[in-house]
Amino acid sequence: MEDVSASVEGLVAGLAEVGYIASRRIAAALYMALHLQKPILVEGSAGVGKTELAVCAAALLGLPLIRLQCYEGLDESKALYEWKYGKQLLYTQVLKDHMGRGLADAPDMESAMAALHGGGDLFFSEPFLEARPLLAALRAPGGAVLLIDEIDKSDEAFEAFLLETLSAYQVSIPEIGVIKATVPPVVFLTSNNVRDLGDALKRRCLHLHIPLPDQALEERIVAARVPGIEAALRAQLVAFVQALRGMDLRKLPSISETVDWARALILLHARALEPSVVRETLNVLLKFEADIAAVEPRIGELIAGRP
Amino acid sequence: MTATAGLDPPPMQHALEEFLRALRANELAISPAEAMDAHRAAVQVGFSDRALLRDALCVTLAKSATEVTRFENCFDTFFARSVGSVARAPSEGAAPSGTTFDLEASLEAGDAAALAEAMETSAARVGASDIRLVSQRNLVTRRLLDDMGLRTLDARIAADRAAEDTAARARAERLAQRRAELVDEAGAFVARQARLFTGESGRRMREQILGRQRLTAVEPEDAAAMSALVRRMARRLATKYARVQRRARKGRLDPRRTLRRGLAHGGIPFEIMWKSRRVEKPKITVLCDVSRSVASAAQFLLLFLHSLNEVVESLDAYAFSDHAVCVNDLLDDESVDDATALILDRVGFRSTDHGRALADLMAMSGGRLDRRTTLIILGDGRANHAEPRLDLMRAMSQRVRAVIWLNPEPATYWGQGDSKMDAYARFCTVAKTCNCLDDLERIIADVLRTYVKP
Repeated sequence: MEDVSASVEGLVAGLAEVGYIASRRIAAALYMALHLQKPILVEGSAGVGKTELAVCAAALLGLPLIRLQCYEGLDESKALYEWKYGKQLLYTQVLKDHMGRGLADAPDMESAMAALHGGGDLFFSEPFLEARPLLAALRAPGGAVLLIDEIDKSDEAFEAFLLETLSAYQVSIPEIGVIKATVPPVVFLTSNNVRDLGDALKRRCLHLHIPLPDQALEERIVAARVPGIEAALRAQLVAFVQALRGMDLRKLPSISETVDWARALILLHARALEPSVVRETLNVLLKFEADIAAVEPRIGELIAGRP
Repeated sequence: MTATAGLDPPPMQHALEEFLRALRANELAISPAEAMDAHRAAVQVGFSDRALLRDALCVTLAKSATEVTRFENCFDTFFARSVGSVARAPSEGAAPSGTTFDLEASLEAGDAAALAEAMETSAARVGASDIRLVSQRNLVTRRLLDDMGLRTLDARIAADRAAEDTAARARAERLAQRRAELVDEAGAFVARQARLFTGESGRRMREQILGRQRLTAVEPEDAAAMSALVRRMARRLATKYARVQRRARKGRLDPRRTLRRGLAHGGIPFEIMWKSRRVEKPKITVLCDVSRSVASAAQFLLLFLHSLNEVVESLDAYAFSDHAVCVNDLLDDESVDDATALILDRVGFRSTDHGRALADLMAMSGGRLDRRTTLIILGDGRANHAEPRLDLMRAMSQRVRAVIWLNPEPATYWGQGDSKMDAYARFCTVAKTCNCLDDLERIIADVLRTYVKP
């Protein structure tokens, strides 16, 4: 792990080995995150490989990936920890029986109370703690990669709650105290910009914006993700997608759509882009009826438009 | 890499500090904590690899896609200069920064490195990076050159020109030639500083002035800047007010949910559930005057309405002059400019009839005006001697949560001439003068906070 993260070039090469073609800026962000121990906030439109970056970084660093999917209404009991209520209940019953025997021979109330306080209080203690993703990531013995996916979907209250975890790598559990990370996890947060994130959160993170890739980079990504594809077809289909991105569409196709399309074309044994094949598979690339309708009449021109 | 980077000399740290200042001038909010992060990042990657430094600082400092673009521009401008002067630094020994710098000798020798360094030093001395407005450029250039010793040089050139000696005269011409080049270079240097450090401040100052400008007296050339300002304002208001949708009501037990949860624990109410309530989305109805008397302000009011419509979910918008029409569809479907034009085309520039407008509003949206609605009226309250229909105004004010009337005229004019504003004002929760954007923003913010949010 050490040798890979020693330089940005090492990270680019390492990520390429696990199947992620990273630009230098992406690698630089990861490098800074590893060395400054700060979380990375990854932004970009859907399907440019935000989540994939965390998955591949985990594979590269050889750490377990712990994933927390955010949604509206997510709260601490689902993200951080919950008490094992059932076991706690059993514990109190066992305790009651036990105490009944122990306290039976106490002469008066006062000594009974003294005996009660004398016993260790295990009711709120770590064995009864059900670790959720955040706590699990902090307690992972060798460190972990923590992916907090789509943070923008969560409530503002939850975002504020994350601040402590992200800046100090610790959580406070009122009944127990502060639990600190033994090895700080590598944290990725992803956002689709559904809402603006708070400045406090942004300040604690490195910020990485992944744009849609250019032709060369996208060809390399397709080559890495869809190994069986021929170079000519690859160049042709990437050029087609790049041309689509120049159009005024509701949802521009992103990398994941390009990759899906490449796989679809291979399944159909296409050797080169032909209008009929493109027309049949256009729904892989474009997710809105209006977009498909806008592109369909121009397919021939788009294929021919660029060599 | 880390070890050598740790030994980086202070000048580079100073350069980084200056760079952060330039970024701040370009509207990147960089807190002291982020500045420290930037220093740590720079130490981590070192200053030798420019692309790497750029990526590392960008990742640390720029917090959104637009900030990334601004950062990249700023970085390229700023370090274009640094690289120039640092690259020539090897001959630094010729004129160490501590010793006195001889402009004449350096010019004669064509010692570019010494000149560049002297320019940096003088720039620091005269505070070239304190430049705030582009118009200060000539002044700063002059000061910079004076500090480098231009006056002595000029005296020298003049003396040489007057001399009998042809060699001296030739020297004077040569010096004059180089002097011209130096002046150009200093000008370019200051221009770069200005680009870096004035950044957005000129625009900001203009916006401040525009914010206080009367809506009825906006110059056509300011219109574009004004629309941008309005849009930003609406967005700001909307984000502020669209926040909380559910609020826990601590302290009120929810027995049903508690019992249901308890089933998992053998009927013992182990987890106690509290009641929470969803904050109802409030509704806003806006009635906007676009008649002749407020025509110039109407454009901005409509613009504001359009921006508000993008972010407030339940907005009912009506425009009126001699009658009222619902403009929801236009606001939803058309672009800002088209919508404004179409609305003005439909009802604009006629004479006002408030009474008729109120009647139309009642007919069109009477059913939708209820306890959750806030009614905002933008208009001058001049009824043109028509029936003001105060009865309708009273009925509406009883039905809705609040009536807010924003009038471009100052309160002393209310009730004068054909103005019925004083009569209308009696049925308004708030009636205020509002004739510039700052007013509009402040009042709308108050309205949203006080009357719209439950």
